[in-house]
Amino acid sequence: MTPLLEVQNLTTRFHTLDGIVHAVNGISYTLEEGETLGIVGESGCGKSVSVLSIMGLIPEPPGKIAAGQVLYRGQDLLKLDEAQMQHIRGHEVAMVFQDPMTSLNPVLTVGRQISETLTVHLGMSEEHACLRAVELLGMVGIPQPDDRYGDYPHQFSGGMRQRAMIAMALACAPSILIADEPTTALDVTIQAQIIDLVKTLRERLGMAVIWITHDLGVVAGLAEKMIVMYAGFIVERGNVDDIYGNPRHPYTLALLKSLPRVDRSSQEKLATIPGLPPDLLGLPPGCPFAPRCAYEVERCRQENPQLAQIGRDHEIACWVDVTTGRER
Amino acid sequence: METAIKGSVASIPDESEAPPLSPGELIWRRFRRHKMALAGVTTLILLILYSLAGTLVFSEAFANYTDTSLRLMPPSATHPFGTDTVGRDILARTIYGGQISLLIGLFAVVVEVIVGVLIGAIAGYYGGWIDAILMRFTEAMFNIPQLFLLLVMAKFFGGKIPTIDIFGRTFSGSVVVIVFIIGLTSWMYLARIVRANFLSLKEREFVLAARTTGTKNLAIIFQHILPNSMAPIIVSATLSVANAILTEAYISFLGLGVQPPTATWGNMLDGAYNYIETAPWLWIFPGMLIVLTVLSINFVGDGLRDALDPRTLTQ
Amino acid sequence: MNSNQVLVRVEHLKKHFPITRGILFQRQVGAVKAVDGITFDIYRGETLGLVGESGCGKTTAGRTLLQLYLPTEGRVTFDGADLTALKKEELRRMRRRMQMIFQDPYASLNARMTIARIISEPLRVHHMGSHEEQIERVQELLHVVRLNPRFINRYPHEFSGGQRQRIGIARALASDPEFIVCDEPISALDVSIQAQVVNLLEELQEELGLTYLFIAHDLSMVRHICNRVAVMYLGRIVELAEKDELYDHPAHPYTQALLSAVPVPDPSVERQRQRIILEGDVPSPIDPPAGCHFRTRCPLAAELCSEEPLWRDLGGGHFVACHTS
Repeated sequence: MTPLLEVQNLTTRFHTLDGIVHAVNGISYTLEEGETLGIVGESGCGKSVSVLSIMGLIPEPPGKIAAGQVLYRGQDLLKLDEAQMQHIRGHEVAMVFQDPMTSLNPVLTVGRQISETLTVHLGMSEEHACLRAVELLGMVGIPQPDDRYGDYPHQFSGGMRQRAMIAMALACAPSILIADEPTTALDVTIQAQIIDLVKTLRERLGMAVIWITHDLGVVAGLAEKMIVMYAGFIVERGNVDDIYGNPRHPYTLALLKSLPRVDRSSQEKLATIPGLPPDLLGLPPGCPFAPRCAYEVERCRQENPQLAQIGRDHEIACWVDVTTGRER
Repeated sequence: METAIKGSVASIPDESEAPPLSPGELIWRRFRRHKMALAGVTTLILLILYSLAGTLVFSEAFANYTDTSLRLMPPSATHPFGTDTVGRDILARTIYGGQISLLIGLFAVVVEVIVGVLIGAIAGYYGGWIDAILMRFTEAMFNIPQLFLLLVMAKFFGGKIPTIDIFGRTFSGSVVVIVFIIGLTSWMYLARIVRANFLSLKEREFVLAARTTGTKNLAIIFQHILPNSMAPIIVSATLSVANAILTEAYISFLGLGVQPPTATWGNMLDGAYNYIETAPWLWIFPGMLIVLTVLSINFVGDGLRDALDPRTLTQ
Repeated sequence: MNSNQVLVRVEHLKKHFPITRGILFQRQVGAVKAVDGITFDIYRGETLGLVGESGCGKTTAGRTLLQLYLPTEGRVTFDGADLTALKKEELRRMRRRMQMIFQDPYASLNARMTIARIISEPLRVHHMGSHEEQIERVQELLHVVRLNPRFINRYPHEFSGGQRQRIGIARALASDPEFIVCDEPISALDVSIQAQVVNLLEELQEELGLTYLFIAHDLSMVRHICNRVAVMYLGRIVELAEKDELYDHPAHPYTQALLSAVPVPDPSVERQRQRIILEGDVPSPIDPPAGCHFRTRCPLAAELCSEEPLWRDLGGGHFVACHTS
């Protein structure tokens, strides 16, 4: 069965005054119907740029999708023109962003913004769309949705706005919901509410979800599969249990060790990753993580490893076996 | 889960080795992209050279030398810009006049900046009743027509200040008067800009950090906040120079500015009043110089405004 | 932390920001009750965590404690001296001993100053040492926070976020303080950099005998670095305990909900978790609910919660403000 979404060798670059920024460097992954994929990485790793590339939202210039295919139900989204993409966006593939204040139009009522999706994509009448929008607001847990329909974004709290964004994204029952750090700016109890909501809705609607975050705790509770990104590359890919239970890429390993846990008392120092993330303007040859890696061997500086299978559902891009410290 | 770490991690240089562009270099790079601004700078440099180097060619005495037998002569080989109503060489007078006009422009702005920044900074930083009083005063000054103030002050002080001798050159006392009059009637715009800047900057965390350290208020104002509001001050000051030169031209044109025999471009225009059609060289040359100067300054100001855009400076 | 010496004592501290209306004469029509009566002690050498979500008043509490905001009510005693009663100049001199590290590594450093000037400012303000001695001290401090002293004349924008935060730490240490308020010092940093900065703060505390008030919203990090933790909600402290006691046996319903909401990077743990999902949003601090501020969202709310709960001692240094727990 063809996967719902197949990203193959996606490569995105930005041509800036200071040089070419290699934001996404040949990443590939698949997403099946109803599956939840977590994309994890720190700022600058390319996770946001990769999904914006999928959605055709990269400004060209200065951006350019230099290579790759994004097959949605077998059709390459990168080959579609803007009109065709507009049909896909919001209808088949919907997106929720980090800051609901800037992604909602401040001069339109929230209800209007939701019903607009419905009239444009599903051709609903204004009346019908209105009713459905109120329904959606209720579905995402906004109390008194009829009253709130006519409110403006600034009259909503951060958590409520994010719910409204989700309502807008789900209005046309998309097959895939892409959420780019939707709860990063929210308080932890509000984050729990939103995650709970998404879990309920994805079951109800049978939706696939791509959730982007830097928070390894959120991914653990939400996703079945995950990819770990660094400097525009995927360094570890597989199912969530395998990766958390047995992290094999030095970066993932180091990241997990540097996180304190709320459910454990810790006496030792946190493990740190020395150095700084790389400059995407001039990536040296070899593995991008090599300068900061505790397991580095000579080959790491010369050749950039590709993803290779190490378990049934677990791949890493690394020359070294972290359990032995030697080359694989 | 066992893992083996081989060796120790090599020490990694934590910071970039080569320093990235300093703020000054960044500003210059962006300024360079404005062709008109560069043209403006070039023109200004040429004009300044004209006024300064010209003194090597003509002496001041020559500029003020009257010979009525040579009056109102059109441009010729001996007098490339012609002569004026009392036979003085116009080229020489534009050179010396340029010095005065430019000096007045510059110093008037110095006065304006000092007063405007002080008032704006204190009002913006302290707020409360200090702000209220200073702003009411500023608004009052706004509402008084500048020309009226200028004329009244010029009439009142004109002739009462003695001549000054600097660097062997004699300046009529009226030059000093004009500098102060212009400066003291144009500071309000700058005060408002500075105040607005201070109002927002004083809430920033680095100011809070300075207060936490125990830094005194005056030090916070002058060492912390002021250096961060240089951009609008520089742009405003630059444009004000043009304004000051024009204002000097107005007053002098009305006969109340710098008094002859000291030449300024403005009072040369005044002298041309009765001969606009018959002896156009009397006003064309000083007029052109004023226009060139003011335009160049405006282009430079535009370029500076973009180059100093704070959004691109703070990273 | 084994001394029982109280370094900082906060008593019934309140900070209300007035809301005014009027064109010519401003009259007060209400107030944002950011901090609404908090009381706690900080012992010498310890790290006290102050946690809560946005709007709970923790940042305002830190700033009011240091008298950067004038308290509306209440008292702060530092090493026996009542900060609220000091004269302006005395308070200024006291600042030598109590410093702050800020959240935003970009905004908390003056972009127009070299880091030498930034870090040496406390030395200049408090007349500590000659000019040469000050430069030496700056280099020493750069070394301590693991920045290359070679870069002493660079500007803040030439450094990364984590490095700027270390510059801020160096500045806070310059005057050799005893007490540092850390206001969300790592929230704006990448995950892999956070551990570096936290380790540095811990080492400095050990070496220099510092006392910290650690304000944060990341409960996992707070558990790691703090000795005791106070939980704030809408301007009040709802629970205060030794850290393991708080995390393992939270008594206040809000603390329980808060802890249950924190994600754990372990899928098997996450799958089994029973989250307490709170309803609705945090009420506005302008008009907080009467009595217990939390009662509008509390799963255990009862009639008597409309009265302000007393601060109860559960034993072992564990305090809670709740009627029902």
